[in-house]
Amino acid sequence: MANIVQFENVGLRYGTGPDAGPETLSDVSFTLRSGAFYFLTGASGAGKTSLLKLLYLAQRPTRGVIRLFGEDAVVLSRDRLPGFRRRIGVVFQDFRLVPHLSTCDNIALPLRVAGMPEADIEQPVREMLAWVGLTERADARPATLSGGEQQRVAIARAVIARPEILVADEPTGNVDPDMAERLLHLFESLNKLGTTVVVATHDFHLLGRIPGAQMMRLDRGRLLDPTGSLRYPPTRPE
Amino acid sequence: MIGRATKARSSAERRVLDEAGGLRAMTWVMAIMLFLTMLAAALGLATAGAARLLDRQLAGRLTVQIVDGDPVRRDVAAARVLAALRRIPAVAKATPVDRAELTRLLQPWLGSDGADPQLPVPAMIDVDLADHGEAAAARVAATVRRLGPTIRVDRHESWMSPVNDVMRALTFLALALVLLMASATAAVVVLAARAGLETHRATIAVMHMLGSTDLQVARLFQRRIALDATIGGVGGGVVALLVVGFIGIRLHGLGSELLGGVTLGGADWVLLALLPVAFVVLATLAARVTIVRALRHIL
Ligand SMILES: Nc1ncnc2c1ncn2[C@@H]1O[C@H](COP(=O)(O)OP(=O)(O)O)[C@@H](O)[C@H]1O
Ligand SMILES: [Mg+2]
Repeated sequence: MANIVQFENVGLRYGTGPDAGPETLSDVSFTLRSGAFYFLTGASGAGKTSLLKLLYLAQRPTRGVIRLFGEDAVVLSRDRLPGFRRRIGVVFQDFRLVPHLSTCDNIALPLRVAGMPEADIEQPVREMLAWVGLTERADARPATLSGGEQQRVAIARAVIARPEILVADEPTGNVDPDMAERLLHLFESLNKLGTTVVVATHDFHLLGRIPGAQMMRLDRGRLLDPTGSLRYPPTRPE
Repeated sequence: MIGRATKARSSAERRVLDEAGGLRAMTWVMAIMLFLTMLAAALGLATAGAARLLDRQLAGRLTVQIVDGDPVRRDVAAARVLAALRRIPAVAKATPVDRAELTRLLQPWLGSDGADPQLPVPAMIDVDLADHGEAAAARVAATVRRLGPTIRVDRHESWMSPVNDVMRALTFLALALVLLMASATAAVVVLAARAGLETHRATIAVMHMLGSTDLQVARLFQRRIALDATIGGVGGGVVALLVVGFIGIRLHGLGSELLGGVTLGGADWVLLALLPVAFVVLATLAARVTIVRALRHIL
């Protein structure tokens, strides 16, 4: 299987000049194989979200090399970013639903952005609503949804356009264990369809649920066990 | 449940930026700007038209006066000048001004004395030239002056030129006002677009992360600004047209020959009606440029 993502000695420091903080990520190197399932773990503040932001092109690294879909993502020109981003689905830690759009319009957003004809949108949106169990809430605004419901909308929006990479930042943080398991199975079925999945979580409970998933562990901005070197079941750090 | 075809798309796109209906500040600003601009433009077009009309009426016209205390000598001289004028090829028409008419014109200044035949009222001859050029008028004037010391030539252009100057000044003032108004409108749109970007910063970030291009994001704003501008522009424009029409009727009612030229022709009305269109295009372009420029600074 081909490498879909490649990080080489990537470093990230927020701020520049006198505002520059300490390095949030240092010497991060790993490769993700196309079609595989990855967990990214680490304590809160370890840099999981920062690493994912580099991956979904919301942030450029301070140093190092990032290759995405076989191309250098660090020097990627601005007008090529939309094309790359459409191939990546993201579940943000804070959901980032558009507050004025209903559940189904939020979910349909990536398809509309990609220019899909309106007639072709209805069907996949309906399927997706059923998949995350929100058919009843199709017309609700995000503000009227519970945290868990918002999370499911965010997940549905991230996967509806069948991205090549799915990046999920703590996607089960706001749901009960049953729903967490269901969502994980949703990711798993997407993965079986060929999508490369990267899930950041500090919920060690989840790690055992996906057979064959690989794990990356971040500790204060450094990758402890580059991909492949540490297979499931991971030892739970004390 | 889920949208119906294109209507659903455009309504969904509108809602991305929380476009609750209602008249917003931009609409009012556009209405006021368009109202003032169209008044200024109407003034400019009318004065330009009046100046053109005056030019046309005055070019190639002179009045010859024969001033002599002795009415008999005056009339003899007048007859001689008239004959001489009619022999000049450049003169299309030479008409002696009727004494009775002249007396009537002088009445407000001289009272009933104006009718007194002993009064040294000059004899006057209106001359229309075949050639409206400056040189022809000067040539005729020189020829006529040589006929005697009591003969004066009055070029209408010279005494009407201050009026024309005022008309021209008003035209330029109006043009300057229209340009000022256009730049003020563009500035307001730029500010509104920037404020909108600030308000919707989070949503824009999400749209970018979902793969929206800058132009797709800009279109969301542009549509709203164009709509606001159109509603305001049409509203302000219609009111301005009514006001201009009303003033036109009133001016016409004055029956003044001088102000009679201050009217709008068909082409003027078309130009006025195009102003709102031009302003909507201006507003939309200003919004687009502002937004696309600002977006370039976001990753
Ligand atoms: N936008 C930012 N500006 C400055 N510092 C940041 C920013 N985002 C994250 N950080 C810092 O980077 C470190 C890692 O944060 P984060 O990537 O969110 O970790 P995690 O997702 O593992 O909890 C933290 O110390 C955090 O304060
Ligand atoms: Mg995080």
